Amino acid sequence: MTPRRAVLGAALAMPFVASAQGKARVLVVGGGFGGATCARALHAAGVDVTLIEPAAEYWSCPFSNPVIAGLRDRAAQRFTYDGVRAAGVPIIAARVTSFDPGARTVRIGDTDLAYDRLVLSPGVDMNEAALPGYSAALAERFPHAWKGSAQNWLLHQQLEAMADGGTVVMSVPPNPYRCPPGPYERASLIAHYLTTHKPRSKLLVLDAKDAFSKQKLFQAAWAQLYPGTLEWVGLSEGGRVTGIDPDGTLQTEFGSHRGDVTNPIPPQRAAAVAAPVADRTGWCPVDAISFESRIAPGVHVIGDAAVMGAMPKSAFAAGAQAKVCADAIVALLTGQVPSTPRLINTCYSLVAPGYGISVAGVYRPVNGQLTDIEGAGGTSPADASPAVRAQEAAYAEDWYRTATAEAFG
Amino acid sequence: MRWALLSVAVWLVAAAPAPGPVGASSCTGCHASGVGIGVLQGRPAADTVTQMEAFRSGVRPATLMNRIVRGFTPEEVKALADWFARP
Repeated sequence: MTPRRAVLGAALAMPFVASAQGKARVLVVGGGFGGATCARALHAAGVDVTLIEPAAEYWSCPFSNPVIAGLRDRAAQRFTYDGVRAAGVPIIAARVTSFDPGARTVRIGDTDLAYDRLVLSPGVDMNEAALPGYSAALAERFPHAWKGSAQNWLLHQQLEAMADGGTVVMSVPPNPYRCPPGPYERASLIAHYLTTHKPRSKLLVLDAKDAFSKQKLFQAAWAQLYPGTLEWVGLSEGGRVTGIDPDGTLQTEFGSHRGDVTNPIPPQRAAAVAAPVADRTGWCPVDAISFESRIAPGVHVIGDAAVMGAMPKSAFAAGAQAKVCADAIVALLTGQVPSTPRLINTCYSLVAPGYGISVAGVYRPVNGQLTDIEGAGGTSPADASPAVRAQEAAYAEDWYRTATAEAFG
Repeated sequence: MRWALLSVAVWLVAAAPAPGPVGASSCTGCHASGVGIGVLQGRPAADTVTQMEAFRSGVRPATLMNRIVRGFTPEEVKALADWFARP
């Protein structure tokens, strides 16, 4: 058999190999931690991959809470795609309006781009319908600050403008949502800002849950560092917010709360571009080995938009999934079976400057779902010394440098 | 047909490095050059295994590697250590 006939034979057996250029093409939609890391990993593996991302720069959510609390320079959150381009990954700076999993095309404006494998890493949208009264317009006055730089900066400016003696009210959604410990890190650092700069002020945290990530560690730190400043109200005490009024008043089943600064973090769902591969929960179910959609073959979903079991929605998880997904796509494009992966997640939170805590997990596929390996993972010890807390705060910075370098160069 | 598949495989990903052993791509999510956490790449395998097993037993204090190492068997740790030790 000549090489030419060999290729033709394989192309007929595996139709996805036969794209316009004769080489399998992968499109990655979304240039965050997941998408940028996946595109670079695919390129490094010799795959013809293009990243599609309309924004010229990326503003990182990890470490945005210290920016909100005035502890960190905003510029440290900004990344361009120069490093991705320099790594050799072509970028189409445009917004995907739709995709057709049957025809295997992605639509940008009037143009259809063909793909053999599509990776969606679109992140989350705020599910405004799940917080009655909330809207993009209201978010301009009462920022969720859970996505994008402008919202974070608005919340920071509102905290700075608030008079001492004011009240900040936050709401926290039910699971699942982007960054499970994030609201509690934010509460910690806002409380730090208030005790440091506006000591007569209060922070009220209204939570739709009774249990949350690293709860014992957060609550012990709050009792130690922010007594009388930070009040947390869980579900069973009436903490679930059921709506927001035009003046920012947060409604619960037991009463209403109006803050001088109001930060409602709404329920979330997979970003709109991924809606065709989302289920009724609003998230995208995927296979735990290949991250291929359970709804549309040939489409992979990674990062916060995807659900595949116990792995939380974090930038660390998105990066780990990106690399496993890239390996699986290389295997699938070459007619191999993707190998069974093991994934790690680590999330650091700051409860004060120099005071870090962490939660880790190790995951493997069991019955199609990523499942916690028993005996592994868990949170920082309750009795850790100040030196260990300081070390974890420093490691959080180290992780950030590594994760952003893997994604953005 | 088997040969046909193989030739396409070589053609598509001629430059592809083989994916590492199970878990390797997550390790590099923290362990990279230029940060205090430390680099795994190029570290002698015996050293990596010794440190990881010391984390597992608690002989070496840890912030979180004691929690992560328990997600891997000693054989898996050895495979990772060998892979990261390669030049």
